[in-house]
This record gives sequence, structure tokens and C-alpha cells, in this order.
Amino acid sequence: MTILPIPAPVIEILGLYKDYQTPVGPFPVLKEVNLIIHAGEFVAIMGPSGSGKSTFMNILGCLDRPTSGAYVLEGQDVAQMDKDATARLRGQALGFVFQGFNLLPRMSLEDNVALPLVYCGIPKEERRRHARTLLAKVGLEDYAASLPNRISGGQQHRVAIARALVNTPRLILADEPTGNLDSHTSEEIMQLFSALNREGITIVLVTHEPDIALHAERQVRFLDGRIVHDAPTHASTHHFAASGTVC
Amino acid sequence: MLIGMFHEAWSAMGANRMRSLLTMLGMVIGVGAVVLMMAIGQGAQYAVEESINAMGSNLFIVLSGGTNTGGVRSGSGNAPSLTAADADAIRELPGVAAASPSQQGSAQLVHGALNWNTSVIGAVPDYLEVRSWPLASGDPFTASDLRSATRVALIGQTAAENLFADEVPVGKTLRIGQAPYQILGVLARKGQSLDGRDQDDVLIVPLTTAQRKLFGTPFQGSVRSIMVKAERPEIMPQVEIAINDLLRQRHRMREAQENDFSVRNLTAVADSAAETTRVMSLLLGAIASVSLLVGGIGIMNIMLVSVTERTREIGIRMAIGARERDVLTQFLLEAIIISVVGCLIGLALGVGGAALINILTDTPVVISGSTVLVAFSVAAATGVFFGFYPARKAARLDPIEALRYQ
Repeated sequence: MTILPIPAPVIEILGLYKDYQTPVGPFPVLKEVNLIIHAGEFVAIMGPSGSGKSTFMNILGCLDRPTSGAYVLEGQDVAQMDKDATARLRGQALGFVFQGFNLLPRMSLEDNVALPLVYCGIPKEERRRHARTLLAKVGLEDYAASLPNRISGGQQHRVAIARALVNTPRLILADEPTGNLDSHTSEEIMQLFSALNREGITIVLVTHEPDIALHAERQVRFLDGRIVHDAPTHASTHHFAASGTVC
Repeated sequence: MLIGMFHEAWSAMGANRMRSLLTMLGMVIGVGAVVLMMAIGQGAQYAVEESINAMGSNLFIVLSGGTNTGGVRSGSGNAPSLTAADADAIRELPGVAAASPSQQGSAQLVHGALNWNTSVIGAVPDYLEVRSWPLASGDPFTASDLRSATRVALIGQTAAENLFADEVPVGKTLRIGQAPYQILGVLARKGQSLDGRDQDDVLIVPLTTAQRKLFGTPFQGSVRSIMVKAERPEIMPQVEIAINDLLRQRHRMREAQENDFSVRNLTAVADSAAETTRVMSLLLGAIASVSLLVGGIGIMNIMLVSVTERTREIGIRMAIGARERDVLTQFLLEAIIISVVGCLIGLALGVGGAALINILTDTPVVISGSTVLVAFSVAAATGVFFGFYPARKAARLDPIEALRYQ
């Protein structure tokens, strides 16, 4: 598999810093991060806890703002945007798959999947139709009326992916997508991501499991708030194989 | 967009049905209490105004003075100082709409096999206007009836029912003693007076007939009282002074001499009664409003709890594209739905309760459009006012903090 270089980057991050304010002064979480991701890439972000990868994902997802540096998403400088504009980006350009799935417990799966469309002003019938299409895509069309707690973790995860896809985003961000899943289900989920990637959707996922990262085409490693490794997967496979895949 | 938000708010409430209902209950009780209290208060006010209107408005009553015989004083109206001619003179004063002397007594009326004791008023044709008392059927007696003291009469509804049963009284003849009286007309129903007397239990005859043929009087032409109706309520003080001056002049009274008559203003008494009930109904409304306020605070309390409890949900909504104003709208709509639905139920209970009180205790109740409108808009405003702070709190949440919240 070859990565075709595509001229317009989806994500451009230049000289990005993020400090957290603590009682003893600012605590730097991200230091001098530079990263360019092109359309159609499948990137795994790795690193130990506290390396800043979750913070980085929050910034990528327009949920958090960098302390300094530039984050350009599809040619738009996110740091310059007001809250409403970042909300629109989250709702229309991005699909976020959360670590804990974050489905609304009292809503049917169909309503959960359709929720992002509410904030785009899509009429109810169309929302419903669209949500059913996506539930079918993740193989859960029979559960449209169920509540999230009636289905398994893997199924919940597929619902969360369907929700992330509902507004046809060009970029999907997934935070520890296989966190609590058994290896068989993890494999299924990763197949789903790969399939989406083949459809042309850019995918960035955070994981600390090397065998999960193998599904991505490119691996980026964070350590102490810096990117210490950035290479195509086939080059780094060996590295992880050498260090052992027991996690 | 708003419809979508409405749906979100509605389903969020449905997810917590019991809590929404209990919150609503505060509003239901508040609005219900306001509507009920206002209905009773305004009902009382209405009853008082009705009896004032029944009595006639803008009224004076001129009473003849008392006698003082060797230090023994009689009450007002016993000295033969007022005359029918005084009434005619008062009628000519500017600002006076009508004036009628009256002489009252009682008599046993007989018609066929039925008889009935009722009060008989001797009056002049003006009397009906003074009392604002139209005829239900027939015609009034005229000035020529008065001049010739004919035996004609107008009969009140109660007396007519007791004496004529199902017959039409107009044109019939009744007897007082041996003398026949022809019924010219039937008075419209007037109801109870302020002191609870049935005003419809009455027979009105020409004053001259009453004095010469029915009761007799030691002083021909003298009357106990004259009722005067002013044209407008504002000019009543001037009219009172004018009556005073006129009568002193006609009675040839010296400067320092005490009046041999007295002029009383009936409307003032009635107005203060109306004012009292108005204040009472306002007071009832104010007390009930406190429960509306408590209901509003209940909404705020529950909404605050709800915002805290749903912090994570808010974070999720924000993460998938909800703007601050979307979250604000959703929570505000929840508060408004609770208060408006609560208000509607409260209105229904208030109106139902008022109707029940009306049926069970015969207390008059009045539910005016303005009460309903005020209660409704106050409830909606309460929803917005007490819903705004929690809603803004929700909207201001930081999406990351909210997502981390467990």
C-alpha cells in the first residue's frame, strides 16, 4: 500500500504549545509540536499516559485551544475562531469517537446517531433516515429503537462511530477506540476504520496498543509533550516487534 | 432549528418524568391559587358593584329633620318639613337628572284567591329613573295619574309572582282593602339590596294616591324623603351644596338655624364597600403570587440540579456541534415548557375550583380574561426568569471539563 502525496493538508500544526494553569504556575503539556496530516491518511497517535496525546486530540477536535502556535484545519485557522465557529467545525467537519463512547443513555440508538444533525438544522424525517442508513452501515439497523445500555460495548462503539459519521465528516478523530474491548471486537472496529479510510475519510486515532496501531498507515509517538517518532507503519513495525507487543 | 431544540427539551423532560411533574406541581399550585383567589376576590367585587348598581348610582337621599318636642327628639324623617314641591324645585337644579319624593308603607294585596303583604312606595314618575329601574313590561304611570291620584300601580317581580302566579299582571286589577288598583306595568328584576332586602317585593303607586287614598297623612303634600339623582358622579359635591342652599331658602331658614332636613350621599357608602372588596381581592392575589414565586424558585432549583446532573450530556452535545446558544435554548425551553404546562394545568384547576366553590357555596366568582392572561404571562416569565440562570450555567460549561465530569 502506498500513500499518495496529496497537496492540500487537512491538518497543519505549527509550533504548538499547550500549558495547563496550576497553582504553582503554568505546566507545559505540549511543547513545540509540528504535524501535517494529509487528506486520506490513517494516523495512529501513540505514547504513554501523560505524554500529552489526549490533550493533543482535544485540540485537534476543536474542544480545546492551544496556548500558542497555529492549528490550521482545512485551511482555516482554528485559533482565530470564536466559539460558535469551532462548534460548527465540530458539528460538520469532524467526527469524534470518544473513549467512553459517550452515548446519551436515555436516547434510542437512532436518536443518538441523529443528534449531531439536530445542531445542523436538519429536519426530523431526514435525520431519522440518515441515522438508519448509518446504523445499517455499522450493522446495527435492528437496534435503532434500543437504548445504549441494552447493547454490548462493541455495539455501543459501532453506534459511536455511526454518530461520528452522520454528518459526513472529512476527518474522524478517535480516542482509544478499542480501550475496553476484547481482541476480537477490537479487530472488528479497526476493520471498520480501515474501510472508512478506504472511502477517503482521514482518520486520526489515539491508542496505546501497538497491534491496534498496526492498522494505521502512519504512526506518531508522543513523549513528554513532544513528537519523538513519526513514520509509516511498515517502518516502525519492526521497532515494536523488537520491544515486544505485550501490553 | 427551534423545533429540533423543542424536541430535545421535551424528550429530556420525558426522561425524568417524575421530577418534571413535581417541579410542575409548584407552578400548578401557584397559578391555580392565583386564579382561584382572583376569581373569588373579583366575584365579591362584582357582587358589591351589582348591588350598588341595583340601588341606583349617583344618588342622594334628602330626609326631613326630626322633631324636638320638649327635649324629646325624634329621628330624621319625622318632621313634616319636606314637601313634594321641594322635590319639584330640586329637579330644576342644574346637574340634577331626576328627583322623586317617596312615601313608604305596607299593605295586604289581594288578587283572586291569592294575597300577599308587600311594601308600597308612593312616588312620582321620576322615581324609576332615580332608581335606574326599567319596566319589564307595561307602561309607567304619568303626571296626570299623579295629579288625579288614580288607583294605578307598578308591581315588582316577587310581588307579582306571589299574587299573579302564572298570569300576566299587566292590565289586571288587584285590591288593597276594598279599593281596586290597576296594574300598569311590571318592574324589571333588581335583586337583593346591600342589606339583604328583596327589592322586587314592592308595589309602586303615585305619591298622591298613597298619601290621599292609601296611607293618609296629617300634612297634605309633606314627604319623609326625596331621592335625587345627579347627572354625573363628579358633580355630586356641587349638587349637594345646591340642594342644601335651595332647601334652606325654600324653608326660610335663618343664618344660624340648624337644617330641618339632611342630605345623604348613598354612592359614597357603596363606593367604600367596593373599594374594600377591591383591596381584598388585590390582597388575595398578592398572597397567591407568593406561591407562584415559590413555584418559580422550585423550577430554578430543579434546573440547577438537572444541569449538574447532565454536565456530561452537555459536554457530549457540545462536542458534536452544539453551540452555546443551542444548550441555552434547550434548558430555557425545558423551564418554559414546565412553567407553561404547569400554568395550563393550574388554570384548569383554578377555574374548576372556582366553579366548584360557586356551585357548592353559591359564592359569586368572576374569572376575567385579564386574570387568565396575567397568570399565563407571569408563568411564562417565571420560566424564562428562573430558567435563565441554570441554562446559562449549562451553556457556559467548558466542553472538556463537561466531558470529564463523572
